[in-house]
Amino acid sequence: MMGAMSTRERVLWYLGALAIVLYALFPVAWIISLSFKSQGDLTDRNFLPRNPSWGNYETIFSGSARDLFLPALRNSLGICLIATFVSVVLAMFAAYAIARLDFPGKRLILSTALVVAIFPAISIVTPLFNLWRGIGLYDTWPGLIIPYLSLTLPISIWTLAAFFREIPWEMEQAAQVDGATSWQAFRKVIVPLAAPGVFTTAIISFFIAWNDFIYGISLTSTEASRPVPAALAFFTGASQFEEPTGAITAAAVVVTIPVVVLVLLFQRRIVAGLTNGAVKG
Amino acid sequence: MSTTTMPPTKAPKTEPKSAPKGALSDRARSERRLGWMLAGPAFAIMLLVTAYPIVQAFYESLFDYRLTDPDNRSFTWFSNYAVILTDSIWWQALGVTVGITVVTVAVELVLGFALAMVMHKAITSVRPVVRTAILIPYAIITVVSAFAWWYGFNLTSGFVNTWLGLGDYDWFGDTLPALAIICLSEIWKTTPFISLLLLAGLAQVPEVLQEAAKVDGATWLQRLWKVTIPNMKAAIMVALLFRALDAFRIFDNIFIMTRGNNNTESVSFLAYRQTISRLEIGLGSALSVLVFLCVVLIAVVFIKGFKVDLASARGEK
Repeated sequence: MMGAMSTRERVLWYLGALAIVLYALFPVAWIISLSFKSQGDLTDRNFLPRNPSWGNYETIFSGSARDLFLPALRNSLGICLIATFVSVVLAMFAAYAIARLDFPGKRLILSTALVVAIFPAISIVTPLFNLWRGIGLYDTWPGLIIPYLSLTLPISIWTLAAFFREIPWEMEQAAQVDGATSWQAFRKVIVPLAAPGVFTTAIISFFIAWNDFIYGISLTSTEASRPVPAALAFFTGASQFEEPTGAITAAAVVVTIPVVVLVLLFQRRIVAGLTNGAVKG
Repeated sequence: MSTTTMPPTKAPKTEPKSAPKGALSDRARSERRLGWMLAGPAFAIMLLVTAYPIVQAFYESLFDYRLTDPDNRSFTWFSNYAVILTDSIWWQALGVTVGITVVTVAVELVLGFALAMVMHKAITSVRPVVRTAILIPYAIITVVSAFAWWYGFNLTSGFVNTWLGLGDYDWFGDTLPALAIICLSEIWKTTPFISLLLLAGLAQVPEVLQEAAKVDGATWLQRLWKVTIPNMKAAIMVALLFRALDAFRIFDNIFIMTRGNNNTESVSFLAYRQTISRLEIGLGSALSVLVFLCVVLIAVVFIKGFKVDLASARGEK
């Protein structure tokens, strides 16, 4: 794009890129390194493990931390997937209406999504804590899925509305001219065109639900529904003299890998989704 | 994007106006109905999971109520608020929260802008690498980031003191160093998000303006201040607003690293501690309402004071 570029400039770009990659990966590399340290090395205060071992992974998958980690992993996956699914489906309908139809209250819905997005989670936690205890939703999956919707629904609505605005609507009109109803036009023409946007929205939604800690720690009390981030805070060592560092870092790596893989696979779409919904001139 | 080919909301919008008054066409009426049918459920759920709890919180905040002592629940008007607002713990937590917000948002803005510039200008061979790399912190769970930084700096496992030759210096033994590490974790994790928003803003700055300024002999710095930044003000403001509101709600990093010890408590953490740990429902609810009001205040200051037009920034209108 700049035509001829001096070698010096090129080297500078590579150095800059290297610095950014180091910035992004350094803490991740550190936690991976910790997770491979054997119990004796965990407190040696060096960056790299001296005798790398899978011991900590054994602890969380078959050892003493198993009953803490595996249920939490199942809870996290189940709760986040359901919350993502529900919010993407609801947001899909809402975003279609916002991007496409003319009806009073459209701005109200968008503003509401904005307000919900900036809502402090702690202000929802306090009343729900009391309410959930009263109606039996405390420490259950629905007890987390419902508040998770406050995290995932607004971002889903914006992101999808932004994606939907870029769909060539003439095609839908063409379908309607050919005799299709609004609903048929939506299902047969728009859904296939919108699928990539919906998929991206689902990933972003899932990240947000997966990241939650405050609801997870406040509205659960046992393995019945406690998600991974909250469970990490409850790990204990094999004995009271042992730090749970190994188990925590191994578990952290396990829950980090899937999201990193998703990022690597869909980075272009994720960037489009994050920025489309937020800044568009 | 391709606004010339599709006038999405404009075309239908003029339709009802041109029709005679009171005589909405069947098509327009069914469109309205369909609109609310499609958007209604999402709207209702959003209200249900936020408006209802905050009203409930406000109601409960008017009672002196401890979960362990339910028989002594009594209506005390605003005395919980009086208790909080006259207690130095609240002001300490508010100071910490505001401090974290200002520091992290300022650093992230500069760092995020630099990252965005690199991604904007980078030669094509490094651009995808950079973009993938910066998405990784974004995707890492905040709690995991908190653990990574905590283990890096703490006295039992931290490599930082070994590398810097600091011996047994306890980063978490005092308020300011502990807050600095908390801010580092927060900055590391959220700068990518702000840089992506700024990158989208950079892309909107017309290239012709840059060229014109260059021809007129403007230096790089002059172009940055006089052309680039004014032309992406909307994007900067939206990024600032969202990050500021997010930073103000800080909880995870503090919970993992210090549990609020050594005066590192944020307002969200204080509310959590009152409600969940001490089961002081009345006080906790009052704190929740106060945190909510702070967030509203920040949003209003940004939107009215700095004239952030969220509607246009969101692509509406």
